[in-house]
Amino acid sequence: MTEIDRTGDRAPAPADWTYAPAPESRDVVKLRERYGLYVGGEWLEPSETYETISPASEETLAVVGQATAEDVDRAVAAARAAFENGWSSLPGSERAKYLFRIARILQERARELAVLESLNGGKPIKESRDVDLPLAAAHFFYYAGWADKLEYAFPNRRPRPVGVAGQIIPWNFPLLMLAWKIAPALACGNTVVLKPAETTPLTALLFCDVLRQAELPPGVVNIVTGDGRTGAALVEHDGVDKIAFTGSTEVGKAIQRRLAGTGKKLTLELGGKAANVVFDDCALDQAVEGIVNGIYFNQGHVCCAGSRLLVQESIYEPLVDKLRRRLETLRVGEPLDKNTDVGAINSAVQLEKIRELVESGREEGADIYQPPCRLPEKGYWFAPTVFTNVAQSYRIAQEEIFGPVLSVLTFRTPDEAVEKANNTPYGLSAGVWTEKGSRILWMAQQLRAGVVWANTYNRFDPTSPFGGYKESGFGREGGLHGLEPYLRFDG
Amino acid sequence: MSERIPIKKTYKLFLGGVFPRSESGRTYEAEGQNVARASRKDVRDAVRAARAAQPGWAAATAYNRGQVLYRLAEMVEARMPEFAELCTGRDEVERSIDRIVWYAGWADKLPQVLGGSNPVAGPYFNFTVPEPTGVVAVLAPDDPPLLALVSRVLPALVGGNAVVAVASEQRPLAAVELAEAIATSDVPGGVVNLLTGFRAELAPVLASHMDVNALDLAGADGLAPELERLAADNVKRVVHGSPDSQSPWEITSFLELKTVWHPIGR
Repeated sequence: MTEIDRTGDRAPAPADWTYAPAPESRDVVKLRERYGLYVGGEWLEPSETYETISPASEETLAVVGQATAEDVDRAVAAARAAFENGWSSLPGSERAKYLFRIARILQERARELAVLESLNGGKPIKESRDVDLPLAAAHFFYYAGWADKLEYAFPNRRPRPVGVAGQIIPWNFPLLMLAWKIAPALACGNTVVLKPAETTPLTALLFCDVLRQAELPPGVVNIVTGDGRTGAALVEHDGVDKIAFTGSTEVGKAIQRRLAGTGKKLTLELGGKAANVVFDDCALDQAVEGIVNGIYFNQGHVCCAGSRLLVQESIYEPLVDKLRRRLETLRVGEPLDKNTDVGAINSAVQLEKIRELVESGREEGADIYQPPCRLPEKGYWFAPTVFTNVAQSYRIAQEEIFGPVLSVLTFRTPDEAVEKANNTPYGLSAGVWTEKGSRILWMAQQLRAGVVWANTYNRFDPTSPFGGYKESGFGREGGLHGLEPYLRFDG
Repeated sequence: MSERIPIKKTYKLFLGGVFPRSESGRTYEAEGQNVARASRKDVRDAVRAARAAQPGWAAATAYNRGQVLYRLAEMVEARMPEFAELCTGRDEVERSIDRIVWYAGWADKLPQVLGGSNPVAGPYFNFTVPEPTGVVAVLAPDDPPLLALVSRVLPALVGGNAVVAVASEQRPLAAVELAEAIATSDVPGGVVNLLTGFRAELAPVLASHMDVNALDLAGADGLAPELERLAADNVKRVVHGSPDSQSPWEITSFLELKTVWHPIGR
């Protein structure tokens, strides 16, 4: 018998107690050493390359292309040719069948893609397996059904495709963001040039194999990997009719400036600094779970993360106590371990940004709490962090950290909660915790944010429109409203 | 007996529900009249007035907003001869009135056409509602002086936004007349602010103002690219409005969509 068996389950666990490793097998993923650019249904040899790594181990996973302006030009030309040579005139019912195929193949190859997502991006396998992949497949399935029903979505408006869509996606949900972008674009009859994030190109490149299996006509989807220079070339290309960007507010503003006067359509899904507002009449344990899910989900690399916790003063102490105890149970470490709650920070650059902002929080006078946890020696890691005694003016209460860092502020009245919650240039999302129905609806009205989660947080669905107010961007992704950015209207 | 000498009107700004001169003391001559020439400070004051008035207007019931806008149509109708002299004629006034009535009717129908519940795959009730974006800046086209202004201001207004509009530079008198109709129509003060003056001077202030949420470039002409660039400073919604259109999709340009989730359980 082991020590633990003898002492029984009521005894305190030994200090060095830990879960046994439960690694998900990497065998399902067969990576090539080198990937080109996916243009016109073929692999184009890139003129420049870079190495993409695993942020959990810093090992090189593959060499990928750094697409130049000339490469982007070829991709746009391929997309234009595909648009004009059949795709845009294909009946919606036929376009739909390709999207249904893609959805099904994503389901069939879900484990392979989930493992690769965790490998390349650092997110826990249980998230890529249970959230990213099912939602990505669901997005294709949802928009497949719209492809031949657009006239019902926009009655009397004669919807038409826009043309070639240039799409730039972030590294926090690589394949899911790809699905959010590509599924509605294709359903509406557009063709696509998509640039994955610099640090997470691999699931997008594996997705090209999904397209091969789906027999999607060449050039309908083109994938160009690279850093910001590739994105800039795509934004500046005259042959692109529409830009869809998800990323930082800073880059979003630069894109909006760059497109001024061009007449190109634009949608922006940018940063956030969401308030998660907890009233004293909430279900406290549920709220604590929601707070943890709101900020530590995906290492806090979530634009809609509940990064500002607004707690009603009367429950401040019990809530922060519970939150600290809950934090001690979070398991930080190997993304491919099925027990991991918080994985690796996506890149060295992002880790540095988190450290810098956390340091500013200390310097400005906030109190920091981090649960004891052993972080692996290699790779990029940051312990779940809670700041208390935070003033609204502190950088950690104003700026998007995009990491597992929560800032706690307090309020006394609902009006004060609203005032504080809305006191930011952002307006992407917000959370409300209270058992009082009328207060939920009142808060939902008052909060200037595109998504309001009441007594829940970080829920996503293809039928549910997502997008921001104010400097969190414009346009919606998901739902019927997510079609509009990819259409022009003759009526 | 000598003929009676008529009292002439002073053409002023409409700002925060009252009619001030430009704080700069400047005027310019248009249509044979001295018209207030708004300054950059007047623009900023107008944005403040709009921001202060907007939440109350948005919080009014949709039924009430519709009634107030219908009342505006009544006020314009009552001034038919005056308006007809200041624009292209009676036909333009009639079309403007009908357009106001048409938009007034949308106030309590928008959420049903634009929003609804979303069938998410889980035990959640999820719904989407349109909400005003906030403060909308409108550069009215020069022509037609009344109809174009009505066509751009009403879609923003009916959605619950507050408006700061720069009137036709060449033919501003119809806008001043409209301001007088608005002032007597129960539209709360500050919800509509109408400025007369030089577009090239005022437009960049609106385009770069950090407390303006949306910018309608209907009358921007050659200024549009630079104004669009300035608008990116706070990610403004930029609209290229048409001087003569009537559509619910004109309203949606000035709306945000909010989606709310709540669990379902016993």
